[in-house]
Amino acid sequence: MEFAELIKTPRVDNVVLHRPFYPAVEGTLCLTGHHLILSSRQDNTEELWLLHSNIDAIDKRFVGPLGTIIIKCKDFRIIQLDIPGMEECLNIASSIEALSTLDSITLMYPFFYRPMFEVIEDGWHSFLPEQEFELYSSATSEWRLSYVNKEFAVCPSYPPIVIVPKAMDDEALRKVATFRHGGRFPVLSYYHKKNGMVIMRSGQPLTGTNGRRCKEDEKLINATLRAGKRGYIIDTRPLNVAQQARAKGGGFEQEAHYPQWRRIHKSIERYHILQESLIKLVEACNDQTHNMDRWLSRLEASNWLTHIKEILTTACLAAQCLDREGASILIHGTEGTDSTLQVTSLAQIILEPRSRTIRGFEALIEREWLQAGHPFQQRCAQSAYCNSKQKWESPVFLLFLDCVWQILRQFPCSFEFNENLLIMLFEHAYASQFGTFLGNNESERYFSALEQILQVFG
Amino acid sequence: MEHIRTTKVEQVKLLDRFSTSNKSLTGTLYLTATHLLFIDSHQKETWILHHHIASVEKLALTTSGCPLVIQCKNFRIVHFIVPRERDCHDIYNSLLQLSKQAKYEDLYAFSYNPKQNDSERLRGWQLVDLAEEYKRMGLPNSNWQLSDANRDYKICETYPRELYVPRIASKPTIVGSSKFRSKGRFPVLSYYHQSKEAAICRCSQPLSGFSARCLEDEHLLQAISKANPANRYMYVMDTRPRLNAMANRAAGKGYENEDNYSNIRFQFVGIENIHVMRSSLQKLLEVNGTKGLSVSDFYSGLENTGWLRHIKAVTDAAVFLAKAIMVENASVLVHCSDGWDRTSQVCSLGSLLLDPYYRTIRGFMVLIEKDWISFGHKYSERCGHLDGDPKEVSPVFTQFLECVWHLTEQFPQAFEFNEAFLLQIHEHVHSCQFGNFIGNCQKEREELKLKEKTYSLWPFLLDDQKKYFNPLYGSTSQKLAVLEPNTVSFNFKFWRNMYHQFDRTLHPRQSVFNIIRNMNEQNKQLQKDVKDLESQIKQRKNKQTDGVLTKELLNSVRPESPALKTSLCLKEQTLLPVNDALRSIEGGNPADNRYSEYADEFSKSEPAVVSSEYGVARMTC
Repeated sequence: MEFAELIKTPRVDNVVLHRPFYPAVEGTLCLTGHHLILSSRQDNTEELWLLHSNIDAIDKRFVGPLGTIIIKCKDFRIIQLDIPGMEECLNIASSIEALSTLDSITLMYPFFYRPMFEVIEDGWHSFLPEQEFELYSSATSEWRLSYVNKEFAVCPSYPPIVIVPKAMDDEALRKVATFRHGGRFPVLSYYHKKNGMVIMRSGQPLTGTNGRRCKEDEKLINATLRAGKRGYIIDTRPLNVAQQARAKGGGFEQEAHYPQWRRIHKSIERYHILQESLIKLVEACNDQTHNMDRWLSRLEASNWLTHIKEILTTACLAAQCLDREGASILIHGTEGTDSTLQVTSLAQIILEPRSRTIRGFEALIEREWLQAGHPFQQRCAQSAYCNSKQKWESPVFLLFLDCVWQILRQFPCSFEFNENLLIMLFEHAYASQFGTFLGNNESERYFSALEQILQVFG
Repeated sequence: MEHIRTTKVEQVKLLDRFSTSNKSLTGTLYLTATHLLFIDSHQKETWILHHHIASVEKLALTTSGCPLVIQCKNFRIVHFIVPRERDCHDIYNSLLQLSKQAKYEDLYAFSYNPKQNDSERLRGWQLVDLAEEYKRMGLPNSNWQLSDANRDYKICETYPRELYVPRIASKPTIVGSSKFRSKGRFPVLSYYHQSKEAAICRCSQPLSGFSARCLEDEHLLQAISKANPANRYMYVMDTRPRLNAMANRAAGKGYENEDNYSNIRFQFVGIENIHVMRSSLQKLLEVNGTKGLSVSDFYSGLENTGWLRHIKAVTDAAVFLAKAIMVENASVLVHCSDGWDRTSQVCSLGSLLLDPYYRTIRGFMVLIEKDWISFGHKYSERCGHLDGDPKEVSPVFTQFLECVWHLTEQFPQAFEFNEAFLLQIHEHVHSCQFGNFIGNCQKEREELKLKEKTYSLWPFLLDDQKKYFNPLYGSTSQKLAVLEPNTVSFNFKFWRNMYHQFDRTLHPRQSVFNIIRNMNEQNKQLQKDVKDLESQIKQRKNKQTDGVLTKELLNSVRPESPALKTSLCLKEQTLLPVNDALRSIEGGNPADNRYSEYADEFSKSEPAVVSSEYGVARMTC
């Protein structure tokens, strides 16, 4: 497909751009395959370059021959373009619509982007699992790297290399994978050097209604316990939701089969509930009435901060179990790709000073989000202005970033980075010239040969 | 003294307000003539000044003893359990008596003795000199002069003796106008903007009723207008909601009729009255005191209190005032009903936006002394210093401090002082330890001979000013500029450090300010070291004719550098409760820390009860 087919009018003159807090700019509007560009064609004024993939929704309005397009971006910006000529305006609008909703990943800008700067580091190989494992291997010999998922055959959403207890051979891992949702058998997420305890994560066990069990699964997670010590299983779903999951073949660990584990249920929301919450929050932020009570009630009604609190509470709980109780923890929800990752990654921010450095934080996101198979493409397809309401669209990653920001606010002297890094990651997760957040997991990225393009961490 | 029946009770428990497992400290309670003192088993002392006590409540007897809940005006709430009911009853009765004095002479300020001699005391009182302040504004000048009309408090008892009025306003005009204004509070100057030649004036409501008018009052307003050569018209801001102002007309009061006054632009700004503010704060404290508050309960509670709406209304009014002067060069006359509550808020906050001097430590004292103390904000009634009408109590001054705090949050480099300064002032407005805030107007203060019998707060704050410096102050344009705050709703947030200042256990928090301050101090120390070393080198050079520096010298000094010993870097610590150094960052000791409590709770029961509830809920509001 050629982009040119989608661009009916590549250029319009005398377009006026309105942005909040900036004076209006008049200039020439150009559409390219990946960008909307507005340039006043004067030396001193800046140009607007907007990635089509950053566009969340557009509205058109006409007053006589003057058309207006309101562009709502995934990074919450709202800009307005006044375009003379009804036909031009319609053409531009339909082109933007088509170009901002391309679904083939290989048509995305990262595949076309040629950086103007010198690439000094190969970001794709900056945080290899082998290197991360080396950080632990000096402290413990109870864990090993497993290549059982080399062809993505055992678990499609896991990376080729995972860290597992040494006592478990690959054959057993394959068996455990059949017992866990999406093949996501328990793997190491974090090793706490202070006391040798660990955080593991997985998908839910497929116990179903008849209480199926899997000896290898029990053996795997028991391998992380010291003699006489108990561990904690944190299920991010409330008990009733976990119980309902049994009807669909899922479920939770039965006490009888996991006697050394104590299960705690939390209730972290997922999916469209979060998306609706974000939509309400952004609506409240854009409220023009400047009414105090209205702001507070809309903020409350959005429930955004309730979600933040629940996630942080769960992460604090996990960190305390590990650090204070000296207990190992297994964390999962249903798939183990959303709330699970929020909790495991925040617990590490709380516990591990390295993850509060810039590099350590990048490594954390690489490990706990990208390689752990958080489906970025599905979750970040749309942002707060869309009307499509697909179940899989959900600001899970944004909530994680917000939680980090909350910790940053409480402990401003303990982080190497500031909020700008968090905002930058949010923007790139939704629309980027880099390939880091493309695709839903390692195997998708592997097969679309992302290596040719650039990593944001590079 | 006659009120104290029991001076010491042992085995008293102090409950943690926010603990979900009723955690408590055991210790001894002492009752002195001025303070209630609790010393716990770790020898940690909690002092509560009797004047700070807003209410004492004795709850129903429980198996462990008799609960006594004390709420303080500085937002401390303590919950004791006294083992024997009789002791509890005695303390309860004593506190009731001690916290509500009938006479000014019984207030702490009259017995407080900081060991200063009379000349030191006098110098303290002269520290803030309003005559100097008017001089600083450039007064008197060709348009404004000092009036002697109120020299003996004959025209208005609640105004100060010295008042600035337009030069062309004659004494009969002033007298006439004062008769047409509530409580005789006629229009006078509060702040003069030298470069714009515009003034902020203040007064009380006119006694206009439905149709009354007063030529002298009209002349006085015209004179104010004319005193500003840059602009023909002036603004009259009625800080009340329109409905309230209209209701006042039925009582023969009201607001200016634009038809009767030439060249005025009349404007309501809608700040609620003292009764609404009092109940708003009451509701706010109820929300704050709730255990295990969820995020949505917190926000809907906060909304119901209306507190932040009021704070925003006051700020909006001040912004309007500052804009009128800066953008339109217009003078502004501000009033409410009596002109001592909302008017003081708006005039002082407006001046603070306009004049960077008021954003310094000294300037802020001057501002309070001028717009609040001298113009007769009724501190003793609003703060309930004496046993009086509870309907007169209202957090008007607290709101002003909160508005200032919001400005410091939005303009972190514009203020010489920090949050601690505001909190300290708030503390002493209620403490009655110093004479500044005792009484309701200057006349009353003179009659009480406060300057001879009590001490002024300001010199004590200045002695401690190191504690109140904002390390980010200065060096930028923000320091000198007119502040133009953004008052969209989400810039107003709950002031945790005011309303939870004693609830340190709520959650720990690192203070960047403290770290910057320590760093600055270390820098200073290092610079001093450098100087010392340089002078040493010079001395040596003078001695050693060859001038070669010995290695020995350099080596001997290097390890002594003090800054290198204590690391400021916190990044190597876990954010959880493992590290004592991290815990005590805000000065609390480890026992004072919420995390240590988590640990106890944790090992005891359901780990699920561990929560960072308050931390998270309050963090972003």
